[in-house]
Amino acid sequence: MTKYRIERAPAPGWMRILIPLLAIPVTFLLTSVIILLDGANPFTTYYHFLVSPLAGRVSAIEVFVKSTPLLLTGAAVAFAFKGGYWNIGAEGQLYAGAIAATFVGTVLLDVPPIIGIPAMVIGGFAGGLLWALPSAILKVKLGVDEVVTTLLMNSIVLNVTSFLLNGPWRNPVSMWPQSPEISAGTVFPQLIPRSRLHFGIIIAVIVILIIWFVISRTSFGLKMRAIGLSKEGARFAGIKVNKTMLIVALVSGGIAGLAGAGEVAGIHFHLIDAISDGLGYSGITIATLGGLHPLGVGISALFIGLIDTGAQTVSRVLGVPVYLGDVVQSTLLLVTLSLFVLQNFRIRRVN
Amino acid sequence: MHAVQMKGIVKRFADLVANDHVDFDLEKGEIHALLGENGAGKTTLMRILYGLYHADEGQILINGSPVAIHAPRDAIKLGIGMVTQHFTLVPTLTVAENMVLGETGSFTINLKEIEKKVAEASKRFGVPVNPHALIRHLSVGERQRVEILKALYHDAQILILDEPTAVLVPQEVEVLFNALLRLQKDGLSVVFISHHLNEVMQICNRVTVLRDGKLTGTVKIADTNLKDLANMMVGRENFGVTRQGEREQGKVELRIEKINAVDKKGLQALKDVSLEVRQGEILGLAGVSGNGQTELSAVLCGTQKITSGKVFAGDVDLSSADTSDVCAAGVGRIPEDRHANLVGELSVAENLILDQMDKFKKNGIMDQQKIQDNAEELIKTYNIKANANDRLRTLSGGNMQKVMLARTLSQNPRIVIASQPTRGLDVGATDYVRSTLLEQRDRGAAVLLLSEDLEEIMALSDRIAVIYGGKIMGVLPAQEATAEKLGLMMAGSAA
Repeated sequence: MTKYRIERAPAPGWMRILIPLLAIPVTFLLTSVIILLDGANPFTTYYHFLVSPLAGRVSAIEVFVKSTPLLLTGAAVAFAFKGGYWNIGAEGQLYAGAIAATFVGTVLLDVPPIIGIPAMVIGGFAGGLLWALPSAILKVKLGVDEVVTTLLMNSIVLNVTSFLLNGPWRNPVSMWPQSPEISAGTVFPQLIPRSRLHFGIIIAVIVILIIWFVISRTSFGLKMRAIGLSKEGARFAGIKVNKTMLIVALVSGGIAGLAGAGEVAGIHFHLIDAISDGLGYSGITIATLGGLHPLGVGISALFIGLIDTGAQTVSRVLGVPVYLGDVVQSTLLLVTLSLFVLQNFRIRRVN
Repeated sequence: MHAVQMKGIVKRFADLVANDHVDFDLEKGEIHALLGENGAGKTTLMRILYGLYHADEGQILINGSPVAIHAPRDAIKLGIGMVTQHFTLVPTLTVAENMVLGETGSFTINLKEIEKKVAEASKRFGVPVNPHALIRHLSVGERQRVEILKALYHDAQILILDEPTAVLVPQEVEVLFNALLRLQKDGLSVVFISHHLNEVMQICNRVTVLRDGKLTGTVKIADTNLKDLANMMVGRENFGVTRQGEREQGKVELRIEKINAVDKKGLQALKDVSLEVRQGEILGLAGVSGNGQTELSAVLCGTQKITSGKVFAGDVDLSSADTSDVCAAGVGRIPEDRHANLVGELSVAENLILDQMDKFKKNGIMDQQKIQDNAEELIKTYNIKANANDRLRTLSGGNMQKVMLARTLSQNPRIVIASQPTRGLDVGATDYVRSTLLEQRDRGAAVLLLSEDLEEIMALSDRIAVIYGGKIMGVLPAQEATAEKLGLMMAGSAA
């Protein structure tokens, strides 16, 4: 009698790099079912998802615009995860960064950009860092699970934002729940005329290069990697686990805060309730798809930016809901995570 | 009449043979001890009987007829019950609810009826429990009684207890033993897994001893004594590496003064332990496992805090040190659990510098070339069968231990704490580790060797201390320490 048995057998190293690429066709197959139910042709749909946005100059630039905050939230999450700190709060830290940047931008009137722009960057970083601080302290002092606390901090900051926009910051002219405009000297410069592509993407690329350098080349990076892989092993080797993890958590929050500052200073020029709409959560998808490697994060942020842009094209051209983009993104994450687990097993035939 | 016969049982985990042609038989109505050190294969053998593992070879007979046990479900049907070290009770449910968990037999639950039946069973078997009580309100001893009653409630004729006393305080042990003796009179057959010699002598009829996965022998308790059992348990072939000659002893390098510490469950594990280790000597700490060695090693490695007492490395006070202080004080550590204390997903080269990063960085940036050179040199010196960039987890146990040795000893520590340094290693690797420790001694380091392997202790140590129940029973010079004397001390009598 022939039977099949599932046994543990980790796949070789090159497989790990291949997984995100393998996940794409699988995701395509799975989401095709939903696309078909919606009465659309999966191939046409995916053409508009993945190819159309890159075909035109305007929409191609828009892919990079959409990717700007994603590069930063992806980097924030990957940095934290790499150091064994499960920061689910990039969304909230982004909002905190946006609030802080709005504050800086509305307080600093009549400053030249040479002062205004660095002030926005520092403000955004500080805002995200401060919002990450309570969870990080609870984690290292009392061992409170950071997955729960960082997640809960997200809902708090949403309400803080609503309070500000309906209270002290309500636009005095329009009475809309949006903050006053930031001053001209604090606006991020446009990189390409008549587009929304702004200075934020340069910050994002620099941040990704820095965290890549820190993780792979510095002693701090080795410490945080060791902690991420085995807290016990790291502690045994005399690494100060709590101190390192605290720094990782705060830097991660700061990076997510930069994403918020970029959205305020480069896109909206004021604070609104819907400044993020899940950019922080997408950061988790991006960090995972990128295998927590900074350069992988860069590629997957651009890919998710492409899907986000494509979702709008698809909905315009084919009349399917724009939420299809979210479905594709989520499916891609689930498929990737499943593949990361499944690669540890093989099926063998036994007699 | 045999309740259980296990014949020629072989169980392999990858390249480790956990059970190597083990024979075991349990007579009806006897309490039969399964004795051996950690990792000797006791629990594996019983897990096979209970259907948690499958034997690669061998045969199981229950009441004389061959059976196939694929899962615990089959074992329970055959009247076998097992109480593991980790209880499988749901803390937020009551005793009665836990009894019928997973097998209520019907769609609805008549809790009143079940509680009545549990109360009856409790009375009938003489195992007192309150069916209404929530598990989380019960003490460890009471929870264990619930586990035992649960097995009996499901008509177990054969009860396997995996180190039942490990979690109990002495008074609870008495209660357990009384219950077992009563159940034995009613015809229950019990397998009692333990590494505590005294308990085995106290309550069992026969004892089967395992060592390194092999059967050492089965004897009647009436025909044996503590010393013989200790020898059966810990004896191992002598691999030929022994201490040569006596040395001038230097000044005291490691001083432990009256330290106390608790174990993971919060029970007192070290009681006023005092030891001194001098430069250029190996002090061997002998003892049956579970007598405080793990905690002492953790304290000296900086991974556990003491509740009182002092530890000095030379002049440096390490009484409240963490791992980084211990590293800085020049204490080299070979821990009991090498898997947990290295980082499996980092490379060999990275692991080799993990506790001495400062020497390999310039302005915070790691010097990759220096790390690579260091790894290649140590791989050669310590004869590690691996490449510098291999993930550590791909190495065999022996090579992993060599990585640990290389990292620790290449820094020329003035104190070496070696805890079970040869456990699980093959002959060659064992030889190598032992001669390395002797080299450290000859170099002038103060070496504290914690081992459950008495032969190893006797072959390497200049002086031998024995720990029992968290207390030091005495310290003997190597010349005076005979296996007999040490065996008695390991069983709890003072020197």
